[in-house]
Amino acid sequence: MKKRYLIVALIGLSFLSLFVGVSHITPMSLLDFKSEETEIFLISRLPRLVAIILAGAGMSISGLIMQQLSRNKFVSPTTAGTLDATKLGILVSMLLFANASTIEKMIVAFAFALAGTLLFMQILDRIKFKDAIFIPLVGLMFGSILSSVTTFLAYRADVIQNMSAWLQGDFSMIMKGRFELLYISIPVILIAYLFANRFTVAGMGEDFSKNLGLAYRRVVNIGLILVALITTTVVLTVGMIPFLGLIIPNIISIFKGDHLQKTLPHTALLGAIFLLICDILGRVLIYPYEISISLMVGVIGSGIFLYLLFRRKSYA
Amino acid sequence: MIQVRELTKFYGKKAVVENVSVNIHPGKITSFIGPNGAGKSTLLSMVSRLLDADTGEVLVDKKDVKKMKSNDFSKRVSILKQSNFMNVRLTIRELVSFGRYPYSRGRLNAEDIRIIDQALDYMDLMGMQDSYLEELSGGQRQRAFIAMVIAQDTDYILLDEPLNNLDMKHSVQIMKILRRLVDDLGKTVIIVLHDINFASVYSDRIVALKDGRVVKDGPTDDIINSDSLKEIYDMDIPIKQLSNCRICVYFNS
Ligand SMILES: Nc1ncnc2c1ncn2[C@@H]1O[C@H](COP(=O)(O)OP(=O)(O)OP(=O)(O)O)[C@@H](O)[C@H]1O
Ligand SMILES: [Mg+2]
Repeated sequence: MKKRYLIVALIGLSFLSLFVGVSHITPMSLLDFKSEETEIFLISRLPRLVAIILAGAGMSISGLIMQQLSRNKFVSPTTAGTLDATKLGILVSMLLFANASTIEKMIVAFAFALAGTLLFMQILDRIKFKDAIFIPLVGLMFGSILSSVTTFLAYRADVIQNMSAWLQGDFSMIMKGRFELLYISIPVILIAYLFANRFTVAGMGEDFSKNLGLAYRRVVNIGLILVALITTTVVLTVGMIPFLGLIIPNIISIFKGDHLQKTLPHTALLGAIFLLICDILGRVLIYPYEISISLMVGVIGSGIFLYLLFRRKSYA
Repeated sequence: MIQVRELTKFYGKKAVVENVSVNIHPGKITSFIGPNGAGKSTLLSMVSRLLDADTGEVLVDKKDVKKMKSNDFSKRVSILKQSNFMNVRLTIRELVSFGRYPYSRGRLNAEDIRIIDQALDYMDLMGMQDSYLEELSGGQRQRAFIAMVIAQDTDYILLDEPLNNLDMKHSVQIMKILRRLVDDLGKTVIIVLHDINFASVYSDRIVALKDGRVVKDGPTDDIINSDSLKEIYDMDIPIKQLSNCRICVYFNS
């Protein structure tokens, strides 16, 4: 899995994504700056592409960091309660502030995402029986508990319809002015890259880290903050995208190992590519309607996840 | 010199290391021996700061280890624990490269690469340097970990039962390399051994622990005798002189 090929694939798919859709846009029609096509292109298609790439790269890297820091291949924002904690945070922000601004939502959701992930890591520390499958199951249960609290609160406050509608991952609503929050993930991804070696050492465990002079706790905390930041921005702008953070890092790990400085760019690229493919398929399969991205990713992703589970015998 | 002063560690109400004071002489191989559960690993973990002592202190070259910066400490003292669970998919070479982390923070220079190559060569791993750790046998993986510690290039090297899983050839090879690190490069090696014959043949000094206390501490020749071994292991072990090695015949005692 060469980086070169991934980049070529990403560029090709991006191009395809820009020119697939209900309104017919051709590269030629963009030459006329004032045309309706150009407008749709700038207001809808381009933001959609940028959002997909950032969300795909961001969620995959979140998963990569979580797997490395928890030392478990099946831990990810989906399987550690991070997504559900974020969702709860968004609801709480909506209940606290009558007309919550994006920033208010962002801050509250971030606090919840971080707290939820930290709590899960605490639980993980206490579990003696560290079976590779058992841990994500605990995470899923933890997530379900958070999710039921969210549902209960939303039900009481009569916003349940509202909530579930826009938390489904969906790129069709992405437009200029609605996705810019995602730009936060760019510096976060860069910081993750700068920390790649530290995350790799931390993944060797606390004793190895201490032996090599790494401030283990601090690095773990920084990693979780980055994860919470990315997850929050993605959930707030795009909605929940399940499985991505789970399967992409695992696929890269099989081919390229876990030396994060080497594998982080691949993980980001493949995440973006995978999400682009899901999005394009979702747009053309029942054309002129759209299948939502979370459904597409859920179906394809769970298939890949099962495959990873079964091949675990030879690779844990 | 490493000075261990009145070190004590409790687990619950039980002192597993009790008031241990011992000096580790620089430029020597010191073997720690003693029965299972004597407290050897616990002591090594405290010396290397992996574990906090309840009372007492450890000085490395006169400095309290608790007051040293982690990065400085990791350039002076390295440890390989008795059992190492690693879930990270790294190749041997990548792992050994991380031995240079205290110096390079991941950006390797020519000197780092030379040291990594040398460590791989010492441990006979050059031919399989690009294999993933999980694809190795127990002994090969153990050698990769030792190579990493050697690449860390510290003055003090602490090894907790490094010969676990190793065949005779590689056990001897590693002991010879440790001898070379000490004799040629002036390193200080602290090693936990269960095979007292390796301790007898390769170490300069022996410290024997039992029930959390030091029961013997001295030059190898003073410890490898039937009386001392009886005290440490409660076994009657005859000693045979073979050329210039003292061999303990414990197999049928
Ligand atoms: N985390 C722990 N919690 C409770 N007791 C512990 C813990 N670690 C070690 N012990 C106890 O401390 C004692 C000393 O253990 P240690 O591992 O230091 O022995 P050792 O001399 O290295 O033995 P071995 O030769 O088997 O490796 C043992 O009785 C052990 O049960
Ligand atoms: Mg031990």
